[in-house]
Amino acid sequence: MGENATRLGYLVTIVTFVIALRFLSDPARARRGNQIGAIGMLIAIVVTFAQESIVSYWEIVVGMVVGGGFGAVAARRVRMTAMPQMVALFNGVGGGAAALVSLAEFHLQAPASGDLQRDISISIVLSALIGSISFAGSMIAFAKLQELIRGRPITYPGQKIGNAILLAACVAAGAAIVAGAEQQWLMWALVIGAAGFGVLFVLPIGGADMPVVISMLNAFTGLAAAATGFELENNVLIVSGMLVGASGTLLTLMMGRAMNRSIANVLFGAFGQVSAGAAAAAMDGTGSVRSTTADDVAVMLAYANKVAIVPGYGMAVAQAQHDVRALADLLEARGVEVTYAIHPVAGRMPGHMNVLLAEANVPYPALKEMDEANAEFPRTDVSLVIGANDVVNPDARSNAGSPIYGMPILDVDASNATIVLKRSMNPGFAGIENPLFLDPKTLMLFGDAKESVARLTAAVKAL
Amino acid sequence: MSHGALLTFELTILVLAIFLGFEVISKVPALLHTPLMSGTNAIHGIVIVGAMLVAGAGHKDALTTTIGLIAVVLAAANVVGGFVVTDRMLEMFKKREPPKGDGRERD
Repeated sequence: MGENATRLGYLVTIVTFVIALRFLSDPARARRGNQIGAIGMLIAIVVTFAQESIVSYWEIVVGMVVGGGFGAVAARRVRMTAMPQMVALFNGVGGGAAALVSLAEFHLQAPASGDLQRDISISIVLSALIGSISFAGSMIAFAKLQELIRGRPITYPGQKIGNAILLAACVAAGAAIVAGAEQQWLMWALVIGAAGFGVLFVLPIGGADMPVVISMLNAFTGLAAAATGFELENNVLIVSGMLVGASGTLLTLMMGRAMNRSIANVLFGAFGQVSAGAAAAAMDGTGSVRSTTADDVAVMLAYANKVAIVPGYGMAVAQAQHDVRALADLLEARGVEVTYAIHPVAGRMPGHMNVLLAEANVPYPALKEMDEANAEFPRTDVSLVIGANDVVNPDARSNAGSPIYGMPILDVDASNATIVLKRSMNPGFAGIENPLFLDPKTLMLFGDAKESVARLTAAVKAL
Repeated sequence: MSHGALLTFELTILVLAIFLGFEVISKVPALLHTPLMSGTNAIHGIVIVGAMLVAGAGHKDALTTTIGLIAVVLAAANVVGGFVVTDRMLEMFKKREPPKGDGRERD
């Protein structure tokens, strides 16, 4: 295939990717957009296959069958509740692929020429560095979300200094390569060092901050792919990689804004260590927690006009989304208006709750974003908080001493009554007390979210 | 095209892609942020093109062959897994449930 035909093929691919992203602005067209993007990817693969520089096919075919087979099976089998870690995993392997391409490219080009073009060596170094960080960081994010390692921040003395030194060493190795020290071992040291940095840099970040981390690592892989494009002088890689880099960056900033925290605070704050002192101090005295039973709550729900369901990560952990939907159906059949109030950072990835509720067949117009939901709470009879904590903590509004002060929250305390479904009185992820639980209008229903919702459903049926 | 001219051309499309990315993504509602992550995740699987070019090149040693092969495996997992997961997610987003007894409209 001629070079121009190849480039035109890649142009078609770029157009399909832009269409795929554009169609994501509308839930009704989003799926078709994704399919168009997949066709574009296929075109890029076919066009690449036909290139003259490709003379050996078995590696490609074997690699595609193995990798594609794994991807297809994993993506088909994964439960919706495990989606964040699956996205982290696929993101990581993409970053790993970019780093390996650079490693191989350096190995192929450096010994022969001795003096790589400066821009090529810069791209190789960048792609290897960023790709390797993305790979290792995503694997740690995967392990945390899969609970292979504990989700709370892992910290130790000298952590930040150690990480900074490691990163500086990797950058120095990269700079040496660009400056002309085109040694293979330097490149290997860079890739391995960057992977080590990726591990160490995600370890101190807590599970609740994963929406920001996953989104940022996604941007990293995009940037690594774009850098790979420069080293291979390939437009489709540059444009597609950068589209992802830009979108991931924007999404990361949006998540930071939704928590009213800087990205630096998320990455380096080791947020979410339980500080016993602060928790104890906040608890002194005022008000008490009132516990209730499923039967009482069922009556409140069944005779309400308007109920708002506020899901959090606890719903995902308990896999209670189908039971929640069943309860909502029952209430709607009785004429109760049910909506869902979704906080942008509820769960472990951006939009996590929306996907879970969509899985349970909740129609998306019933899912309300924060601003819309907050406008409706004063007219809401009962807010049902299921496994959410920090995103409904009124301290974020009023207590300047609280670590989450300033984070926009769902104002469930504006509704007539609030029912909180919670496993126990242990503090939430951020390790901070929640005065909502002490509010006179709040009742607590303790137990596993799935079981509690099932008991509520049974109780409503019995009415 | 000279190397310098090619580089400036590549930088031009890079910068345009940044603006295009911001522009397109800023229109995506929070409702679809997970599919957005997962969809862009699939798109950076385009690195498979790079992996193919390395793995399929002639005159390479065993080390490069191995690295290229692994790169294709990883990138293919990224591509297939990314698109399939996104499709599964987007399939679930429905405006209204299939007809059931109570046909109450919701806004």
